[in-house]
Amino acid sequence: MIPAAFDYVRADSAEAAIGLVAEHGDEAKLLAGGMSLIPLMKLRLATPAVIVDIGRVRDLSYVRDAGDHLAIGALTRHRDLETSDVLARDCGVLRAVAAQVGDNQVRHRGTIGGSVAHGDPASDLPAALVALDATFVVRGPGGERTVAATDFFRGFLETALGPDELLCEIRVPKSGPNGYAYEKFNRRAQDWAIVGALAARVGGTTRVALVNMGPVPLRAAAVEEALAAGGSVPDAAALAAEGTEPPHDLNASPEYREHLARVLVRRALEAL
Amino acid sequence: MSILGTRVLRAEDARLLTTGGTFIDGLALPDALHVAFVRSPVAHARIESVDTTAARSRPGVVAVLTAGDVDLPPEPRSHRRVPDAMERPRIARDVVRFVGEVVAVVVAGSRAQAADAAEAVVVEYDPLPAVVDPEAARRDEVLLFPDAGTNVAFSMPSRAGDDFFAGCEVVVEQRIVNQRVAPCPLEVRAAAARWDGRRLTQWACTQNPHGTRAGLAAALGLDTGAVRVVTPDVGGGFGAKHGTYPEEVIVAWLARRLARPVRWVETRGESMCALGHGRAQVQVARLGGTRDGRLLAYRLEVLQDVGAYPSGATLLPYMTRMMASGVYDIPAVDVDVVDVVTNTTPVEAYRGAGRPEATAALERVVDRFAAEIGLDPAEVRRRNLVAPDRFPFTTPTKATYDSGAYEAALDRVLEAAGYPRLRAEQAARRDRGDTRQLGIGLSMYVEITNPGGEPEYGSVEVRADGTAVARTGTSAHGQGHDTAFAMIVSAATGIPFEAIEVRHGDTDDVPRGHGTGGSRSLQAGGSAISGAVDLLIERARERAAELLEANPGDVVIDPGRGVFHVAGTPALARSWAELARPGPLAAEYDFEPPGATFPFGAHLAVVEVDTETGRVELVRHVACDDAGTVLNPLLFDGQVHGGIAQGAAQALFEEFVYDADGNPRTANLADYAFPSAAELPSFERVPMETPTPLNPLGAKGVGEAGTIGATPAVHNAVVDALAHLGVRHVDMPCTPEHVWLALRSAAPPPARAGE
Ligand SMILES: Cc1cc2nc3c(=O)[nH]c(=O)nc-3n(C[C@H](O)[C@H](O)[C@H](O)COP(=O)(O)OP(=O)(O)OC[C@H]3O[C@@H](n4cnc5c(N)ncnc54)[C@H](O)[C@@H]3O)c2cc1C
Repeated sequence: MIPAAFDYVRADSAEAAIGLVAEHGDEAKLLAGGMSLIPLMKLRLATPAVIVDIGRVRDLSYVRDAGDHLAIGALTRHRDLETSDVLARDCGVLRAVAAQVGDNQVRHRGTIGGSVAHGDPASDLPAALVALDATFVVRGPGGERTVAATDFFRGFLETALGPDELLCEIRVPKSGPNGYAYEKFNRRAQDWAIVGALAARVGGTTRVALVNMGPVPLRAAAVEEALAAGGSVPDAAALAAEGTEPPHDLNASPEYREHLARVLVRRALEAL
Repeated sequence: MSILGTRVLRAEDARLLTTGGTFIDGLALPDALHVAFVRSPVAHARIESVDTTAARSRPGVVAVLTAGDVDLPPEPRSHRRVPDAMERPRIARDVVRFVGEVVAVVVAGSRAQAADAAEAVVVEYDPLPAVVDPEAARRDEVLLFPDAGTNVAFSMPSRAGDDFFAGCEVVVEQRIVNQRVAPCPLEVRAAAARWDGRRLTQWACTQNPHGTRAGLAAALGLDTGAVRVVTPDVGGGFGAKHGTYPEEVIVAWLARRLARPVRWVETRGESMCALGHGRAQVQVARLGGTRDGRLLAYRLEVLQDVGAYPSGATLLPYMTRMMASGVYDIPAVDVDVVDVVTNTTPVEAYRGAGRPEATAALERVVDRFAAEIGLDPAEVRRRNLVAPDRFPFTTPTKATYDSGAYEAALDRVLEAAGYPRLRAEQAARRDRGDTRQLGIGLSMYVEITNPGGEPEYGSVEVRADGTAVARTGTSAHGQGHDTAFAMIVSAATGIPFEAIEVRHGDTDDVPRGHGTGGSRSLQAGGSAISGAVDLLIERARERAAELLEANPGDVVIDPGRGVFHVAGTPALARSWAELARPGPLAAEYDFEPPGATFPFGAHLAVVEVDTETGRVELVRHVACDDAGTVLNPLLFDGQVHGGIAQGAAQALFEEFVYDADGNPRTANLADYAFPSAAELPSFERVPMETPTPLNPLGAKGVGEAGTIGATPAVHNAVVDALAHLGVRHVDMPCTPEHVWLALRSAAPPPARAGE
């Protein structure tokens, strides 16, 4: 529970952070809210030699109306999402999902960028961003690129981010204040989802995403297709486990997770 | 009006909440070296070699020691019948037997340096097969101690004959796993020590300072006079901090060997694997009786998993046996006990220590019996309770209950809960086929407090300014002793509550004591303080008589004003300050309890179970806990609330899990699911007080009551919610997955005739 020794540098801007990471190479690790990284370091499962702290890069913390979409800075804390007026008006679903992350302390420190970059399929926000077909703006020594959320998550704790890249912004469509339901199934209020099911109406279509039903956040494609083809909610929800690879852990067997996915998707759709 | 029985706010809270208190981690100990332990990452292996070379050359390292370097005797055996071969070395020598066992110790200039160096110690292990499941351990195929020839550490065989259940029209049987749990005190273990050339001062994170003094003195070969134990604030113990751990002994040994102060504070991960675990019994309960609900014979088989070394758990089943028949008058009771070692963390006392296990088994099987004969579970209980005119009541397992009013407790709980309305609501939901079914769970318990019957020390001294100091041999770690004991002194003497200082936990300041455990502090420690106060008042009266030039027999105390005067002339009075001025005014008293006391109660839990997902929500918990006369209802509530939370946690959330190779899978607080306030309702406490005749306060212990009553009430509620779907039992903890599995494998009961 005591991390291995490391050096600490603080970046005051996105450019500085990219520069510092480039300078220290593989040895370096970005630190945002620290809610995922620090526990790993305390268990010595992560032993970076240099920590580049981006936690105080103020100009990466915002929720902005960018015309046809919303732009969210990667360093925006869950708590700021949870209380954002812009989200309340234009993307209620993200606000509601952010409010379900961990506990108050975690939400005050953890960032949306950290949640995305960490690539944990049990996290809430990545699934919501996959449902929304969000776009991620990434900057590295070679410049800026955008990656679609559906292409971003590659595997368990694996993303499209290069080791020298910084996630800067998350772009989401304006889905409106309502039209979503998130069924997060866990044992204790502060826990990650054993399974989560999100249903949201975005631009006339119904999107369904699953938390912790595979190595990456998933879209329940079979459910979406069945609904699009006019299928009933119970019939569509019965397909929720299709194409999933649920993990086995202390809380649930894959079989139980599949069952939960079907129940939770049905409930989320019914609540839409 | 006396302050006894009133909700006096906790005197210790202002300090604990503003300064955070003083725990060992925060003690000012300049120059202290830091200790880190190298622990086994494997459950069972031969130690091939320990290479400390690299660790020794790490920055700041002062010493790296292994078993061969440390001349400490093994731990004393927990019972004379435990095989010698099962002795526990303070540092593993040839074989490690659980993940977390100490293999080497590192001393360095800072905590981080010690942790880094500990990682650099290279230990080669030759793995041995591990045995984790107590039922497998009992088959003796894998032996932890080959020289013992068995994994059985201790046993108390059954005395029942073949005809034990003869005459019973109905016999039900239930196998119950009372799962292993981790106590998780907020403060993990810590120790600090200083050797001044002749004497050891040890700061101990313990429930029992004088016991620690004895344990350290014996291990180090010192007179107890050469050991001073000081307990600063202690953040919870729940029984697991009652004994003296190997780490504490090693810390003391290091201070003496290095002639430097040393300090050790464990991490949460270490604590989860090396602080004693609790419960860990596999039980088979059989209950027989008549079709009209009369219980006749009860047989309980207890298989106690004691962990890798028989320690505190060895005698837990003794308590389970003693309390086996609970509040019921069952003519034939038989308990069979076997303790086995497994490649897991040693099990110690944990909130209730053997009694919750007894209650959990009995109350579960009483519900099964009720279901079998088709009688309301409350009614089956009522028909078998020990009647109020039978006290003192001696059970077939030789417990002598001091006082009780069991049916009254049951009535009060049913009344407060609105039992018929709850049953009606349950029936309505069943009829509707709701996905949120209602479960109503009852449990009744009687438990034994201050079970060892140890005496306790108390003293009171009045200073020349009229303030007072009370000393006790009990040792608070969250309970509120400062408040409770100051109330006793204040009520009798009239010295203002705020002017009374309560001291405990320093063996140089308090000559003797038995610490805090088994809910003994108020009944034994409080009674000792009360006895000392009586003596003090006697002495003060004599002194007042001298000052007032009166006959001591004519002088009376006015506790309202805190003065003494001649009866009939209250205006001419002497204050405590005036009486204390001529010279020391003090008294001490050792309270010798004539016997243990037996608090009891009834709990009713209401749960909602989501029949689609298996998720259980505890929506109400109504508890009538009668622990004799209540000194301070606020402290009482605190104990009961914490206890219910912990008991409900065992029913619904907590389990310490190992994989088949003995690797812990719940060694952190993300995976080990203890609940927070968000998962629990506000508890409803129903007051009831049946004083014990066994001490002047009339008080029994309440520290464990909530835990004992809550687990089976909540557990029964979960099964009750699903009974109409054919579920007869759900293994604890009743996690969503366990409930879902139980639902899936349940056969719907056949419709009864006439339905
Ligand atoms: C007790 C607890 C409960 C939790 N419960 C939940 C829960 O219920 N649901 C949930 O979704 N999450 C939960 N979390 C995780 C939480 O949401 C974290 O905030 C989040 O996973 C990581 O965000 P962070 O800012 O803290 O990232 P950090 O921990 O600082 O970093 C995480 C990783 O992302 C990288 N990184 C961070 N920011 C960037 C960036 N801008 N560009 C590139 N790389 C970056 C870091 O290098 C690191 O590898 C919980 C955490 C805790 C401690």
